[in-house]
Amino acid sequence: MTTAQLIGTDPGWITLVKGLLIFVVCVLATLMSVWGERRIVARMQQRLGPNRVGPFGLVQALADGIKLALKEDLIPKAADRIVFVIAPIISATTCFMSFAVIPLSGKVTLFGHKTVMQLTDIPVGVLYVLAIASVGVYGIVLAGWSSGSTYPLLGGLRSSAQVISYEVAMGLSLVAVFIYSGSMSTADIVAAQNQWWFCVTLFPSFVIYAISMVGETNRAPFDLAEAEGELVGGFHTEYSSLKFALFFLAEYVNIVAVSALATTLFLGGYHALPGLGFTESWLGGWFTVIWFLVKVIFFFFIFVWLRGTLPRLRYDQFMKFGWKVLIPFSLIWIMVVATLRVLSQQGAPRAVVIGFTTGVVLLVLAGSSLMESTKKRRIRDDAIGEVPAPSFPVPAIPGKSAIKEVIREMEQLNG
Amino acid sequence: MVNLALEVGKTLQPEAIMFWILAPLAVVSALGMLFVKKAVHSALLLAWVMITLAIFYIAQGALFLGIVQVIVYTGAVMMLFLFILMLVGVDSSDSLVENIRGQRIASIIAAIGLGGLIISLVNRATLGVETIGLQDANSAGNVQGIAEELFTKYVWAFEVVSALLITAALGAMVLAHSTATKSRTAQRDQSIARFRGASLATAAGLPGSGVYARHNAVDVPGLLPDGTPAPTSVSATLEARGDMLTTKPFELEVKEVEED
Repeated sequence: MTTAQLIGTDPGWITLVKGLLIFVVCVLATLMSVWGERRIVARMQQRLGPNRVGPFGLVQALADGIKLALKEDLIPKAADRIVFVIAPIISATTCFMSFAVIPLSGKVTLFGHKTVMQLTDIPVGVLYVLAIASVGVYGIVLAGWSSGSTYPLLGGLRSSAQVISYEVAMGLSLVAVFIYSGSMSTADIVAAQNQWWFCVTLFPSFVIYAISMVGETNRAPFDLAEAEGELVGGFHTEYSSLKFALFFLAEYVNIVAVSALATTLFLGGYHALPGLGFTESWLGGWFTVIWFLVKVIFFFFIFVWLRGTLPRLRYDQFMKFGWKVLIPFSLIWIMVVATLRVLSQQGAPRAVVIGFTTGVVLLVLAGSSLMESTKKRRIRDDAIGEVPAPSFPVPAIPGKSAIKEVIREMEQLNG
Repeated sequence: MVNLALEVGKTLQPEAIMFWILAPLAVVSALGMLFVKKAVHSALLLAWVMITLAIFYIAQGALFLGIVQVIVYTGAVMMLFLFILMLVGVDSSDSLVENIRGQRIASIIAAIGLGGLIISLVNRATLGVETIGLQDANSAGNVQGIAEELFTKYVWAFEVVSALLITAALGAMVLAHSTATKSRTAQRDQSIARFRGASLATAAGLPGSGVYARHNAVDVPGLLPDGTPAPTSVSATLEARGDMLTTKPFELEVKEVEED
């Protein structure tokens, strides 16, 4: 029985229970990840981080949330009131929706009913996640516009341009996964990875996805939509109280969502690490949830690590990177993958496949060395140019000492 | 038309319930799109109409079409629309001046024509008949079915449309960049110009704005040693906008000190 058929046999109340579980897990994950992020970043910066409220400061995020909810809710005079209220609602509702197609576990028994921890399985599951993400941006963009002030507007504009550009790269990185698994359903993609994870076989796709998922969630070093050094708070500058809390919630749920999608597509979903396959049947199959969570936490740690390590990119460099590096690179990679796939499906001899791969690798190496040499030449060309003599006394330029100059001049006179 | 409405009214499935909730919403927001004053509200209502249409597609079994409708139209096309509209500002409403002559009459004629086409099409709809070939077309899966049609039977039309789209995108880029007659000086060029230009006077940057006893902001110029305002100490944008203040009101009244 396929996953889709298995889910089809669920009675209505099981679906409700699953939906509730997903919601609770997401909200708890937000609370935990806010605490986790602050502790990890603190450790990276030689600090302690929140450690007062509850054991290890675990309840800090909850306390902060209550404080946030009790603050005064302001709507600026210049704001468009309706859109100003709708925007955080769009953000906070869409972020949960993508979890509907994420397989959290293998086959388990839930209240005596055989099922999987996945709300639904549709043949275009991954595209559904992309669609939901593209609706979610409306929240940010509308928040920026409706605030009626300059910084939020700039933040909203940046965010929409950013998400549209990085969604292209993200979508292209997924194509290789679709080609290799032969399906766009999340359950089938996980099933296709029971031997080799796609992060190994499709490593370039994995790298592109990992970069663009940071761009997609507006996180450092790509957090240009809320760059506090440039735009105060970006799109949520004018928001306070619960409306701000909704944006906060949406950001963290989105991080968990893209991490969960990355886990599903590239890290084998709920499958155990290679060699530990026997653990998948532990606890009646529920142990697979732990594997899934471990992988999601791994991605979350990388998000925090990036934030603690890298400075924010300049906006034009960021866009240039998306359009001129990521997209062409993924297009070439898709062509390579498609060719390899067709070769292997038509039963081409191994020598042909190896020859093709070697040819591609050699081409890439030749191209990169050519680029490197032109870059060096350009730098050398730039370096040439006369420095005008300043109109006031300055120390001699190193290597060009005055005595040497005098000696050379005398030699010229004599010789 | 009447028959069609009656027939739809008779279906009592979950699909019909969904239809009776979403269809009025879609119609109301489509009408709202025409009548609201602000352009951004119009765009939002249109986005909502597109989402409801996508849900209808999904309910009809066209999963791929519905999802792609959301990604392409709601996610990309409407977002670009919003992107442009947002630059107009919150408080502005549309100007009703006709820019292209005869546009109003032409659009009314086109609208009547399109309406007539749609009405005649809907009138010819047949009901109560089992669909033929739908199961067959979707036998290998909805996505696979579409892919096969698109890349075998209709591959020529597909390629033509993609060529058209690429031409349009190129045209948009050419039009957008036509005003740039000289290359923009980047940070690197500016740095080179500062240190290798005619003089090293601005090597350490432009002079700062003025600091006075009663004012300290970027909109008042600093003073040169001879007491005249330094021209480069205030941003050219502020100057062009007329937001630059004079230094006179902030100067302390210094009593002349007689020299011995």
